[in-house]
Amino acid sequence: MNWYGIAAIWRFEMGRFFRSILQSIVSPVVSTALYFVVFGAAIGSRMPEIESVDYGAFIVPGLIMLTVLQQSVQNAGFGIYFPKFIGTIYEVLSAPISSLEIVIGYVGAAATKSMLIGLIILVTSLFFVDFSIIHPVLMLAFLVLTAVSFSLLGFILGIWARNFEQLNLVPLLVVTPLVFLGGSFYSVSMLPPFWQNVSLLNPVLYLVSGFRWSFFGTADVPIVASLAAIFVFAGICLGIVWWIFRTGFRLKS
Amino acid sequence: MPSIVKVEDLRKTYDNGLEALKGVTLDIEEGEILALLGPNGAGKTTLISTICGITRPTSGRISVGGYDVQSEWRETRKLIGLVPQEINLEPFELVQNTLRFSRGLFGKPRNDALVDGVLKDLSLYERRGSRTSELSGGMRRRVLIAKALSHEPRVLFLDEPTAGVDVELRRDMWALAKRLREDGVTIILTTHYIEEAEAIADRVGVINSGELLLVEEKSALMQRLGRKEIRIKLTEPVEVIPDALAEYDLIRSKDGRSLIYAYKTTGERTGITRLLTAVQAAGLTLSDIQTRQSSLEEIFVRLVREEVA
Repeated sequence: MNWYGIAAIWRFEMGRFFRSILQSIVSPVVSTALYFVVFGAAIGSRMPEIESVDYGAFIVPGLIMLTVLQQSVQNAGFGIYFPKFIGTIYEVLSAPISSLEIVIGYVGAAATKSMLIGLIILVTSLFFVDFSIIHPVLMLAFLVLTAVSFSLLGFILGIWARNFEQLNLVPLLVVTPLVFLGGSFYSVSMLPPFWQNVSLLNPVLYLVSGFRWSFFGTADVPIVASLAAIFVFAGICLGIVWWIFRTGFRLKS
Repeated sequence: MPSIVKVEDLRKTYDNGLEALKGVTLDIEEGEILALLGPNGAGKTTLISTICGITRPTSGRISVGGYDVQSEWRETRKLIGLVPQEINLEPFELVQNTLRFSRGLFGKPRNDALVDGVLKDLSLYERRGSRTSELSGGMRRRVLIAKALSHEPRVLFLDEPTAGVDVELRRDMWALAKRLREDGVTIILTTHYIEEAEAIADRVGVINSGELLLVEEKSALMQRLGRKEIRIKLTEPVEVIPDALAEYDLIRSKDGRSLIYAYKTTGERTGITRLLTAVQAAGLTLSDIQTRQSSLEEIFVRLVREEVA
């Protein structure tokens, strides 16, 4: 294993994050605060408790998931797309570093960033609402698994994208709607039966549900289903990444 | 000298059907500077990219330092430093960080003293804390070279290192190449500046349309293909070349003030003495004599033309 190589990629990518520290950290904190003001205080005050959880607290896991998913896809996508775009990718491709090590470096850095932001949001939300986390270890495990698997998705998009528009298309048109419709801000049990069944097709539902379970012990779907869903999703992404490197898809001629 | 890079019957056909390399065989000796000359689109960059592992060969074998580039890629890539043609740098990163990144990427532990040394060698040390986007074009090219040197390669590929670079920097780079060779680094550079090959190369390879036309010692190549010209200046212009001088195939300059005689330096008899005697016998008075050797450029143009013909 080329550990120095993995560390070099990880450190270089984290450098990108810390160079724009204001944008990296202040912006999620501000948007979280806005969500709490709008959903928590303004609308939440007129909402009943959901499954005996106060609505303000109820949206915390969803809010973290929303940001972690978006940030993972964006960071990982940009992280690999940018070197491809400016041409510095030649160095990575000519270095004694395997595809697996490249993925660990880029995806690892993207996942680290989004987890950091997730934790920042968690801390920020403590200023607005009172809640405690029933299963903190599982909560962290969910956070790691989600960050990693959606960073893998971002990595795939970054390699697939031929321009910035394509790079932004999937997060905007696919990821964000899936998160909003995945029960981030409501329990799917509040939906009519037909839409409840449609929601079961949304992979993000399982993530949000499992994540929320680790906070409050209540969930829309069984925790085992949530865990299975995330492993299946990560497995599919890994498979695609493996195929990309085997064929050199949009990386090597 | 043992060969450090061995290329055997290398072929590369791109997906769009372009045959970039049509069976190239090449042995590069350890510690030499080899210049690959060729027009744009000759296959120089494809050859380099394939040896470095960026492009996959269609067929053929390549070994670097005795290791196969396909099956033992980790070993071969550690030995190679690549300076690409295009200036590709992470714009917002600091110069020294891009070097540290390169070193780590190639599996080497952090070594600030070594990185500083490379920066000093390339006159970049003062700018180590600058963002790469703040540097001039010439400086950025130096950063690319510094990045390639930061992991101590044994073989350095320079893909058109002096394209669009000013004269001073070009001379700096030639000096650097010679210094590196003294340290035992093998250097392969592609160029279409013949002057560059002439200035620093030990051997010259000529590549055109995906084929390696020849690889020879620079001096041998110059000698084998080199022609010399002797220009005889006359005190009085001549209207026509006297019949007595017909056997020498002289060329009369437009103003009639000089006669030009071409000969091969490799021939045993150049015929210069006889010519000069004959010129005198014809009643012409000499005012000056100049000789000129044909440059690699002329040799190269001839080679490429012969191939087309």
